[in-house]
Parts: sequence; C-alpha cells; structure tokens
Amino acid sequence: MQKILIANRGEIALRIIRTCRELGITTVAVFSDADQDLPFVKEADSAFRIGEPPVQKSYLNAEEILRIAKAENVDGIHPGYGFLSENAEFARKVKDAGLTFIGPAPETIEKMGDKIVARSTMEEAGVPVVPGSDLGLKTLEDAVELAAVIGYPVMLKASGGGGGIGMVLCENEQALAKNFDSTKGRAKAYFGSDEVFIEKYIKNARHVEVQIFGDSHGNHVHLFERDCSIQRRHQKVIEEAPSPFLKEEARQKMYDTAIKAAKAVKYVNAGTVEFIVDENENFYFLEMNTRLQVEHPVTETITGLDLVKWQILVARGEKLPLLQGEIKKNGWAIEFRLYAEDPVRFLPSPGKISEFSWVDGEGVRVDSGYESGSAVTPFYDPMVAKCIVGGNTRAEAIQLGQEFFANLKLEGIKSNAPLFAEILGEEGFKSGNYTTAYLAERKMASK
Amino acid sequence: MKELTASMAGTVLNVMVAAGDTVTEGQEVLMLESMKMEIPVESQGAGRVAEIKVNIGDFVNEGDILLVLE
Repeated sequence: MQKILIANRGEIALRIIRTCRELGITTVAVFSDADQDLPFVKEADSAFRIGEPPVQKSYLNAEEILRIAKAENVDGIHPGYGFLSENAEFARKVKDAGLTFIGPAPETIEKMGDKIVARSTMEEAGVPVVPGSDLGLKTLEDAVELAAVIGYPVMLKASGGGGGIGMVLCENEQALAKNFDSTKGRAKAYFGSDEVFIEKYIKNARHVEVQIFGDSHGNHVHLFERDCSIQRRHQKVIEEAPSPFLKEEARQKMYDTAIKAAKAVKYVNAGTVEFIVDENENFYFLEMNTRLQVEHPVTETITGLDLVKWQILVARGEKLPLLQGEIKKNGWAIEFRLYAEDPVRFLPSPGKISEFSWVDGEGVRVDSGYESGSAVTPFYDPMVAKCIVGGNTRAEAIQLGQEFFANLKLEGIKSNAPLFAEILGEEGFKSGNYTTAYLAERKMASK
Repeated sequence: MKELTASMAGTVLNVMVAAGDTVTEGQEVLMLESMKMEIPVESQGAGRVAEIKVNIGDFVNEGDILLVLE
C-alpha cells in the first residue's frame, strides 16, 4: 500500500496522515468548500474538493470520493470515524473498485450496524446482552407488553442507530406511549429504517469498552478497556484508560468476552466492543463499533502502540504485530473532547478561532483539527480537538490535565474547556467513582 | 409585527407551524440542526404566524429571519 485516500476531515484526517508519513505512504485528502483552509488539507500530499459543505454533498458523497480515488490511483481508503466509516455499501463499493477498505469486511459492518442482528449474534455467541427485544417492535402494544415483562425504566432505541442518536429513556408506560411514534419517525429520518426496539435501562451504569483487533489470519487480541462514562446527551465527553471502577476479576472477564465477540464475527481490523456495566460489575453488550474510535489515543497512550499503523498493516494482509502476551499497559491516560459549544447550555458555538494555544510537554498530546485563525462551521461535529494526558498514575494524569487547562487558550468561540477545569477539581471525578449520570447529577449537562 | 431570527447558523430540519397558526410564547416552532445537534427554536412572543421565511433544508445564518408574527 503506497497511496491512501482519507475519506474524512479535521483531526482524524491529520492523525491518519501522521502515520502514513511514518510508513512512507502518500496521502490524498478530500475536502468540502467549508474546510478548504483547515490544516488537514494543507498537510496531505494532495487534496481534492468533493463538494459543497453539507455532508450529503461532501463527506457522504461516496461516488465522488471513489471517482477521486480511482483517478488518483490510490491503493486504499481510510474512512476514519463517522461519515462513511460504518457504511457497508461504501466498503463494498471500495472493494469492488479493486481498492482496499481500511476497516472490517462489509458483511461485518452490516451485521454489527443493525443493532437487533448484533444483539442476537452476540447472544448466540454467549455474550451477555441487556434484557430486551430480540425483534423489531411493530406496534406500541408490542412495546408495552415487553416493557411490562422486563420492567421499567426502558430505553427505546432505533435499530439502525448508534452513538447515542435516536434513543429515549422511558420511565413508565405513558412515556413509552408518548415517545414511540416520534422515535420511529426520527429513526426513519436519520437511519432510513423506522425499526425500533427496547432494552432494560440500567441504573447507575458505567460505559466501558474494550479495544479489539483482528487480522485475516484468524488472530484476535484486546488492547484493554476505556471507561467512557462521562457523557452528555449520550455523547462521550471524557474517556480514560484503565477504568477507575472495574476490579481485576471483572476486567479480565470483560476482555475474554470482547475476544469472544470478535471471534463470533471473525472480526478483522480495529473494533470496539461497548459494554454497559451495572453497580455490581455485571456487564452487558451494548454495541460493536466497526471502525477506529474517536478515543483511540487513550489506548495508544497506555500501550505505546499506533492503532492506525496496525489498521494499515492488517488491511494489507499482514498478521497482527504482537501476540496478546506481548501487549502491555503502562500508566494512566485521560482524554478530553474539546467542543465548540456553550459550556452551560451545551448549544453549538460555531465561529472563528482567534487564538488556540497550549503548553506542550511530556504526557500531553493534542489531536486537533483546527488552529488559530481556523473557522469552526455549523456543518459538522463540534469537536475542535482531543486533549490527552498520560501519567504513571491516575492522580498524575489528573494533575497534568489541570495544568493543561490552566494554560489552554481557546478564544473566538465558546468551548467546554471551563467544564473540564471544573471536573478535574471535583471530588466525585477525582475519586473515580462516577457513572453515566455524572454530568446530569451535577447539573453540568442539560440532559 | 415581530420577527423571529436564528440564534445560530444551521440547517432548517423541521417547521412545526404554518402561516395563519396561532402560537404562544415559548412554543417550539422550528427545529434547526447545527453541528449534528437538534436545536429547537421557541417563539419569542404570542401571536399569529404571518409568514414563514424558510423551507425545510434551507441553510440559515445567525440573525436570518425565520418567521414573522403579527
């Protein structure tokens, strides 16, 4: 593989360029009109306009992306995360064009993308799943009947959904009745299918995920866990590795289960098995993300490995570089997602960044898609950068985080940086004993 | 006449009222999408919708007029 097209933007495009450069691979970027001045366009070896700013006309425009890939004679396409990364049809088209899709097989993406199929596949493989429906629910009556069996509260979810979009918590039958049709409608609008299902809602839950990797020779390894319990509106805000909550026994059991899940679908390339964990450390399969995860840097920090490099090696048919026993973890890493948003109301705050600077140092990594002078436009995700701190211990990582945010300058737009400074000094976070309700309980999140 | 303007740039996802409808203060009249987030737009006053200036799918900038109340 000598030339790769990156079908993405911002920080993840830059992240992929960095590894390609180390491997001597030439990079081709694609960009929308809104992004022409962003750093990733300048950093790539060559860059091509794909269309107008809206995602349907640019980063989701599979045909135009494939046309450029063919014209530029690339060997493979890296989809990053979001956009076309979990689109089985796109992965198939890439393959049919004779190019390498740097990710899992289209069949795996398809299977894990349908949340109901994913649930039943995992159940068959002996992976615990949250009590709920194994089939799509046609009518409200079906939903009410099932909810009565598994018990309220329940989560009403879109089968085609993911990343927290299209799900509603229903405390009782009235709430379920009130939200059923609108959730179906939203599922149809966002994911093209109005199929919905329900799952038991787990109180005081934690969200812990395991990074896995597979190769085309049948090998599977895990790269430990990430705790992603700090969320707002079901969207991750802070991720850390290891999990401050899990005890060794549950941790090991979770790794074994994640490997079991990976093997059940003959998984190839980087993937993440997400679990929801209850107060007693029982855990259940939530979903499998068939791509590189936004928060992969925390895993890179504690393992010293380059996950993008592994993705490329595996995609070109090589064996995983290390066996399970050779993969070691060291220290503690915490990632903060810096969003262009009002820290109080969590509403987006697009605009021009007048100044963006921080103090670099040992244990500090910033994966940013923007720089001073860049414009954050309303067309895409509000993430400006990921700030990752790594120390020998959790206390050390927190200390580094506090210093980082004390020196961070991000001006011209509103950001959630003040929220991080507050969380890092807060006892509940420092103790490591927090759940997915953390931000809402402290009124740090609108919902 | 009272004009309701966009508080931030985004795409019009849904228009929940029609010309001629009576709206109350605080009623959600429009849904904008910005940065992958749904942002409900509430009416700033009570009245009758005289004119809707945008269509679903339109891109609006901060300060653009969305609808006019009378």
